Amino acid sequence: METRSYEKYFRQNRLPHLWCPGCGNGIAMKAIVQAIEHKEGWTQDNTIIVSGIGCSSRASGYMDFDTLHTAHGRAIPFATGIKMANPELNVVVITGDGDCTAIGGNHFIHGCRRNVDLTVILFNNNIYGMTGGQASPMTPLGKKATTAPYGSIDRPFDACKLAEAAGATYVARSTAFHVQHLVKMIEDGMDCKGFSFIEAMVQCPTAYGRRNKIGEPAKMMAWMRDNAVMKNAWDKLPDDKKTAEKFPIGLFYKAETETYDSAYHRIQEMAGVTA
Amino acid sequence: MSARLMQGNEAVAEGAIAAGVRFFGGYPITPSTEIAEMMAKLLPKVGGTFIQMEDEIASMGVILGASLAGKKVLTASSGPGISLKQELIGYASATEIPAVIVNVQRVGPSTGQPTAPSQGDVMQARWGTHGDHSIIAISPWSVREAFDLTIKSVNYAERFRVPVILLMDEIVGHLRENVELPAENEIEIYPRRAPKISRAEGYEPYAPDEDLVPNIANFGEGYHVHVTGLIHDETGFPVGSPKVTEDSIRRMHEKIERAADEIIEVQQEFMDDAEFAVVAFGGTARTAYEAVLNARAKGLKVGFVRLITIWPFADKIIAQLAKKVRGILVAELNYGQLVGEVQRAANGACLVKLCRKYDMTIFEPEEILASIENLVAEVK
Amino acid sequence: MRKQLRLSGSGGQGVITAAIILAEAAVAEGKQAVQSQSYGPEARGGASKSEVIIDDKQIFHPHVKNPDFVLAMTQKAADKYFSDLNPEGILILDDDLVPNSPDFKNIIRVPITKLAVEKVGKTLFANIVALGVLAKITKLVDFETIKKSVANRVPPATVEQNMLALQIGFDSVE
Repeated sequence: METRSYEKYFRQNRLPHLWCPGCGNGIAMKAIVQAIEHKEGWTQDNTIIVSGIGCSSRASGYMDFDTLHTAHGRAIPFATGIKMANPELNVVVITGDGDCTAIGGNHFIHGCRRNVDLTVILFNNNIYGMTGGQASPMTPLGKKATTAPYGSIDRPFDACKLAEAAGATYVARSTAFHVQHLVKMIEDGMDCKGFSFIEAMVQCPTAYGRRNKIGEPAKMMAWMRDNAVMKNAWDKLPDDKKTAEKFPIGLFYKAETETYDSAYHRIQEMAGVTA
Repeated sequence: MSARLMQGNEAVAEGAIAAGVRFFGGYPITPSTEIAEMMAKLLPKVGGTFIQMEDEIASMGVILGASLAGKKVLTASSGPGISLKQELIGYASATEIPAVIVNVQRVGPSTGQPTAPSQGDVMQARWGTHGDHSIIAISPWSVREAFDLTIKSVNYAERFRVPVILLMDEIVGHLRENVELPAENEIEIYPRRAPKISRAEGYEPYAPDEDLVPNIANFGEGYHVHVTGLIHDETGFPVGSPKVTEDSIRRMHEKIERAADEIIEVQQEFMDDAEFAVVAFGGTARTAYEAVLNARAKGLKVGFVRLITIWPFADKIIAQLAKKVRGILVAELNYGQLVGEVQRAANGACLVKLCRKYDMTIFEPEEILASIENLVAEVK
Repeated sequence: MRKQLRLSGSGGQGVITAAIILAEAAVAEGKQAVQSQSYGPEARGGASKSEVIIDDKQIFHPHVKNPDFVLAMTQKAADKYFSDLNPEGILILDDDLVPNSPDFKNIIRVPITKLAVEKVGKTLFANIVALGVLAKITKLVDFETIKKSVANRVPPATVEQNMLALQIGFDSVE
């Protein structure tokens, strides 16, 4: 029988959550606490959850840690402040595709560049859900949104490639369908000292699926199952098989580089720290 | 400690370190940059952290995060940068995160005259962010006072858990003059507020103490605090009710209003026999003071009133002043901002006139003296 | 005893640094001093002006009016900044960089930049040569105090050259 030992990580009196029936955010949130549960030394007292604004970012309120629901796009600067003020803390950022790559895009690339020791999980639902379905920088070409009623012509970001190019030292992707894999990707990201970025693809049946006639939540998850290709297989896939629908999941990049707090510690020593 | 030549911006950095600031996030902007440069040099020496962020917004965000993790924090900028910070100044106000924001004012709007003095951000300091909020803004007129008021700003931020604006101007920021700094044991420090009861005893992070200020636990201390910019009740969690909304906004105002008499500081000179008064603040007050001396030398009974606290506004003191004198001259280095507040507080009890300048140069004493003479002539 | 000085030139000539050192020396002798400056956006080449007021009483208004001494290191600065000089004041000009003397009674011309190049080796030291000139002419601060202030302010590796520059400036005028 399943133990549901992860339930202690939730503020039971704050549930049920405000997400729509069939939303993938709950799956991703649960994956985060399961990853934390697996991590030795990560407790509810020394782990901080920081989020931005949007559907994804409501997760912080349900999680029983010190939690910070910041302003739109600003989770990474706040998280940077927490980590640099107290490097002993484990800092997890929950963000969305609009939060992270539009209004928070500059903070995102500079967090990667500095290699601040954070674990950033982007809940990618391809849309601004909380405001009712506007196009985000991760809405695929041609897909409809309330602000792209004839289909989006803005080329979408690949947030994983962006993170890698900007200097993140752990970059991975998984989906709400591949739950065990998602937990593993997050857990490995938490193991990595440095800026870890995990894109969690989540279905938004209400604001995205419905408008684009993709169907019920189960059908959206089946689409993830059918189109996600594990990184190893993806690398061997001939180009003509890499259709527009298909996408790779798994670990894309990992490197060992000095973290920002460790580098700053050297600065303190060079300055002759006395306190 | 012996006297030394020090720049106003340098005094802010020294004051911040003396006040216990151990985290600074910033972005370069004239004429405040020297503060960031000094903090970059000084903070690592005392085990603190300096970080140059990617923009002004991030500079504000990073200090708020650090403040929640237990550090005393400060950032510095000038008009355009302060505009960018406003979103998170509102956030700090709503979430009651202690933080000091230094604005070394320059000519605006926009890039304006980046190296030239102005006092055009008086209203920005009060109303720059969105929504109903309370704020404290104080303004130094000397290098020594830049040091002292930086410490006071940090203490107010910690005591009231409110963003505090240190409203500098380029005149004081870039001025060098002789100062003697106080010894460490002469400096009063307000410590970070701490929970008085445990979680088991029913701790609620946003429950107000007797002074209406909550004792919010730092992150990492085991209290599992939730901080959100949504309107929240005493638990810290969002509540969509009219009562909680009203209570929350009222308390944010009342915690400052209650202590207003203590916060509001005004320097008054030559007031015993004064029939007229010059009201000024910041760097302009130095010139106004000379103008008052010159007026006195000419036999005019003029007093000098310097607002050290800009916000909350010195309503009571100005109302009393207006009843005492026959005319008030407000000298400010802008098109006219503070004068509106003085007129409101004076409430018609005496004539209130504006002496303004906005040509990127500072007042000369003769200019303010001429305005004093015009005021005297107009009343008589 | 209030004395007012204006040091002017173009950005990069070091007039602001010279003014700061002079004010520091005055403070070291227990005097009151304020130093202010105005400059354009250019790091090099723009107009640059720095003012120092020295007094034994507290100084409020920080700007100089009717200076007792004006140093001009460019023609443009000389033309612009001499006009409100105290009639009994002194205008000090860089002999080569200010070919045309403004119409003023008391002018002292010193080949400041030329001395820096020929005797110290670099135009970079012109401001310290000028400071030596000012120390001699203004007599506001003891020369030994100025020496100490220069030594405290300049990079350690350049102290010797700066001391030479200061002395050359000091000796260049009667």
